[in-house]
Amino acid sequence: MTEIFTISLIWSTIRLSTPLILAALGGMFSERSGVINIALEGMMLAGAFTAAAVTYAVGSPFVGLVAGMGAGIVIAAIHAIACIRYRADQVVTGTAINILMIGVPGFLSGAFFLSSGSTPQIPKEHLIPWTPIWIAVLLVPLSWYVLYKTPFGLRLRSVGENPEAADAAGVPVARMRYAGVLLSGLLAGIGGAYLSIGQSSLFTRNMTSGRGFIALAALIFGKWRPVQTMLACLLFGLTEAVTIQMQGVVKLPSGEDIPVQFIHMVPYVLTIIVLAGFIGSSRPPKALGIPYQKER
Amino acid sequence: MIELRQITKRFGAVLANDKVNVVVKPGTIHAIVGENGAGKSTAMRIAYGFYKAEDGEILVDGQVHSIETPHDAIALGIGMVHQHFMLVDTMTVAENIVLGAEPGSVVALDLGKASVEIRRLSEEFKLAVNPDAVIENLSVGQQQRVELMKALYRHARLLILDEPTAVLTPQEVEEFFSILRRMREQGKTVVIITHKLAEVLAISDEVTVMRDGRVVGSLQTKATNAAELARLMVGREVLLRVEKTPAKTGSTELSVRNLTVTARGGAKPVKDVSFEVRKGEILGIAGVEGNGQTELIEALAGLISPSQLSGEIRIEDRDITREGARLRRELGIAHIPEDRHRRGLLLEFDLAENSILGVHYRTPVVAYGGAFLDYGAIRSRTKEIIEGFDVRPANPDLPARVLSGGNQQKLIIGREFKVNPKLLLVSQPTRGVDIGAIEFIHRKLVGLRDSGCAVLLVSAELEEVTSLSDRLLIIHEGRIVGEVDPKVATIEEIGLLMTRGH
Repeated sequence: MTEIFTISLIWSTIRLSTPLILAALGGMFSERSGVINIALEGMMLAGAFTAAAVTYAVGSPFVGLVAGMGAGIVIAAIHAIACIRYRADQVVTGTAINILMIGVPGFLSGAFFLSSGSTPQIPKEHLIPWTPIWIAVLLVPLSWYVLYKTPFGLRLRSVGENPEAADAAGVPVARMRYAGVLLSGLLAGIGGAYLSIGQSSLFTRNMTSGRGFIALAALIFGKWRPVQTMLACLLFGLTEAVTIQMQGVVKLPSGEDIPVQFIHMVPYVLTIIVLAGFIGSSRPPKALGIPYQKER
Repeated sequence: MIELRQITKRFGAVLANDKVNVVVKPGTIHAIVGENGAGKSTAMRIAYGFYKAEDGEILVDGQVHSIETPHDAIALGIGMVHQHFMLVDTMTVAENIVLGAEPGSVVALDLGKASVEIRRLSEEFKLAVNPDAVIENLSVGQQQRVELMKALYRHARLLILDEPTAVLTPQEVEEFFSILRRMREQGKTVVIITHKLAEVLAISDEVTVMRDGRVVGSLQTKATNAAELARLMVGREVLLRVEKTPAKTGSTELSVRNLTVTARGGAKPVKDVSFEVRKGEILGIAGVEGNGQTELIEALAGLISPSQLSGEIRIEDRDITREGARLRRELGIAHIPEDRHRRGLLLEFDLAENSILGVHYRTPVVAYGGAFLDYGAIRSRTKEIIEGFDVRPANPDLPARVLSGGNQQKLIIGREFKVNPKLLLVSQPTRGVDIGAIEFIHRKLVGLRDSGCAVLLVSAELEEVTSLSDRLLIIHEGRIVGEVDPKVATIEEIGLLMTRGH
């Protein structure tokens, strides 16, 4: 067992937590404004694909990263317009976006790169394994400051708690919600970009494999607060790191390897347990999921 | 100060405001009265930029302004306190007050500066509020002060108050009125929307009366009286005082001994309560809302688990403490609940279905041994209720949702009267109901009493509970703290018992 807990485990935890932290903080801005963001997964996929494709084409990972942010924002804009302008059901819209984003990257890579699903390999010198980690680290205190110490944060929180009160106080409810959702697209886009041009060197089909949802779980577990959310992300990241190291190391009493599929299940099972155990004690923004309608 | 000219506003097919004209003079307290749905709030919400008028114009200080959003209204010095407070419960007083008009720069919120300003305003207008308290921990009266502070913080010169006293105790109302008078002295203008005539006469300088979306009178308060205002509001003569003969009481119908209700958290909303209700009398229970009335009535109606009750509830000679709601109904207990949407109606069901709730398993509404509903019988029963209780529109197929509050209430009352109860438990019978319907409901309740039914009445309206009751108990923090004779007790005396307990 001791061989699992090493320095490399810490690095591995940080690497695996980074996309979760980025996406979860993004989700926080959206949900604090009152819009459920189940579409984090789709926004991450958009960011991952676009970043990989642009980096490959242009040869600059920073241009790729910016493009990934842009792609996240575009997807977020779809979610925002459907949920805010047309008051669509936020869960249904988010789910539709997620399904859509499983297909779209494959379709586009087929068109651009004559492959179905993945982008070509990006040379090692064009990867950015560190920048997104620093962004994530700096983003935690920054998000806290923005949320609690600026007029923008106060307005954002008020719109998620009681949009009528905010409206009566002269706060533009729709504009604040757009800002929250678009910010979530931007951050989830960075999280996705990190997966394709930071951790690995290409985009593969559905490469987020549920990280958007785990980020959402971490957000709930972290009570929609930046620091707690980061800690929750680190916990999920640690679990994933441990499971990777466990493969081939931890054996059944009979001496056989535990099937790798079972080990891969651990982070997801943990997500369910954590949510089932803690969701009751976590109080979501009061107006979360409720479209705001002025005249009733 | 502000003038509405020919304001017209439609909600779907309903004409909420029809060429409304209101002139509010600076430095006055101006009352706008009317029944529910008369369009008072709509007109004022238009003035505050919450709604957009289809036609008409608004003048502020003699000049035409277009007020598209609350933001525009605030910029013109107009503030509004809504009936349902517009506060963010999880935030502090200071955060709520500055929201939308934050001090400091874009990148740094300066709540310290805000607190200083809030303290200064507290002094000036004698509005005690702690800037650091979280809203959800404050009483309703304190929350209202935060709402006033919000408007003052934005330098409002005109304050629009929508039904501000609905949530206050009599003592708080007095205090609130002195705050309003102080504001008038400081040169502010106040518009108060209300349907309580006594308040109009007590506080206002001028009054505008609305009915069915139109202004039907603009008067000097000094030159009018309650009867005239009521006539304008309803459109016909209204009896403001309940007429009733002395009660002819019979034997004891309900007796409650040492009843205590223990809530799930361990709190005791009802503590050691004992009383009796006799046939042919109305026993009133007065108290500030949230002092155990809800739990008391629900315990009597069989809506609280017997495991949470101790003490004894008897109907005639039978101990029903452990019995469920169905058996209690069969023994002749009827219940008109305080919250008609939560306990009284299935809003999406039609009137016919709603009018058989509680008897839905019994003859005459079932056929073939209870296997089927007898729709013929249901329809004729519904018709009788609709006709007997003047429910409008008189269509048994409409969902209950589309009826106005008063008509929903009349349907429930009709349904409960229809079972010829021996004991009627009734909570807030006229909440959100128009004056005309109030008069009707009061007459029906007195009529039921005269036919020998025992009535237990809970109401937050002191006027109502004193005028209807034959005897009056006062409840405070779950205990009965006194009994008064409603014919001789003053509102002040009762109000004092309600708030202090002794």
